[in-house]
Amino acid sequence: MNAVGYTAVAGQIVAVTAGAPLLTGWMRQVRARLEGRAGAGVLQPWRDARKLLRKEPITPAGTGPAFRAAPALLVATTVVTAALVPLLSTDTPVSGHADLIVVVSLIALGTLALALAGLDTGTAFGGMGASREMTVAALVEPTILLSVFALSIPAGTTNIPAIVTGAVDEPARLASPAGLLAVAALAVAVLAETGRIPVDNPSTHLELTMIHEAMVLEYAGPDLALVELGAQMRLTLLLGLLSSLFVPWGIATTGSWAALAVALVLLAAKLVLLGAVLAAAEVFWAKVRLFRVPELLAGSFLLALLAVTASYFLTGAS
Amino acid sequence: MGLLRKIRATGRVAEPAPPRPQGDVPERARELGGSVQVRCVDAGSCNGCEIEIAAAFNPVYDAERYGARLVASPRHADVALVTGPVTRNMAEPLRRTVAAMGEPRLVVAVGDCAINCGEFAGGYGVEGAVSDVVPIDLQVPGCPPEPAEIIAALRRVTGR
Repeated sequence: MNAVGYTAVAGQIVAVTAGAPLLTGWMRQVRARLEGRAGAGVLQPWRDARKLLRKEPITPAGTGPAFRAAPALLVATTVVTAALVPLLSTDTPVSGHADLIVVVSLIALGTLALALAGLDTGTAFGGMGASREMTVAALVEPTILLSVFALSIPAGTTNIPAIVTGAVDEPARLASPAGLLAVAALAVAVLAETGRIPVDNPSTHLELTMIHEAMVLEYAGPDLALVELGAQMRLTLLLGLLSSLFVPWGIATTGSWAALAVALVLLAAKLVLLGAVLAAAEVFWAKVRLFRVPELLAGSFLLALLAVTASYFLTGAS
Repeated sequence: MGLLRKIRATGRVAEPAPPRPQGDVPERARELGGSVQVRCVDAGSCNGCEIEIAAAFNPVYDAERYGARLVASPRHADVALVTGPVTRNMAEPLRRTVAAMGEPRLVVAVGDCAINCGEFAGGYGVEGAVSDVVPIDLQVPGCPPEPAEIIAALRRVTGR
């Protein structure tokens, strides 16, 4: 029982770490095919990481501890979050600590570390990227909290494994108006937090439109490999969290090896599907102007607020 | 929905990959292992070469399938694609750009102007060819070079 629990935690960390570059490669490949291109192949992000690890490390003159610590901190917070969030199993030795507020704080800590690193470089673009990232984060973190609160009201707890277990037992909680509003709000928040279109363009070369990329312009070699891996892991983790909360079927709720194996296969299938849908959607969308990003995020915050209200009045009455 | 129909009707526009280019792979490029990040530096070009570089990364030629990708910062880059004769004002920025790239790094001179100043040789604002300012590893001759030739040079670096 305990061995299965620890294996589930290790499996979640390995799946997010090793799967993140593959998911990014898969999304780029889907996008390339829709654009009529041949694409570099699913393994290209792994080749990029291997090359970056071999390159010379560079510490730009004038940068301090914030710049040096940020890549490791970004990856470390994501690894801890991957261990906590129930991606494969709700019955793990750490599931008692997997509180929603802890998870959102860990994600915010990674964002903050990178924003400080952007400021630390002292370049115009680093500071600009950091200020924009904080503007987006200030609107996104409350939305993530509120949209999951809508699910935690019927469950009566903010413990994410408990919310997921409750949803597996009672699927009606997800099909309610509150559940539908919450999934829309959380989806927009995940897009903004991971720097995808329509909030940020991950493949842009125009410094003036950058958010995430502007903060990491000064990183090189192994540090850049960590920053890119961290960003890819956050995308995988947040898409995994979205699927765990709203499509929880298949996640192991008991400590059996067979359930764990099924959960791993289903997690991979859900992520591949979500990644393909997101990549296809990005072909159809354009990036919105920066001054309209707060409107989009305020809209998603409003959806989350409505979800909590609906959840409280519709299910809290019983 | 119109875009969806267009995607389905157009299908794949990338041309079939030509055979791997002849010529020796530069020694330093062997470590890159099929992944090359490219930073373009316009050192004073007429922008003819820039149009051809942009064409090399479009869906028809699709340089990304060989592992080359354009990036926004010289810190991220392995290859500097330098175009045009180096003007006096761009000589120092070009030296700094190449210095900001981590080892192993390569400099590719694209176009006749970058190789021997071409049409602009002896001009009052011209410092010299690219090789007079920074050491170069590869040359792509032509005025302007065709996208296929730029891709052949990039493939010699990526080894794919």
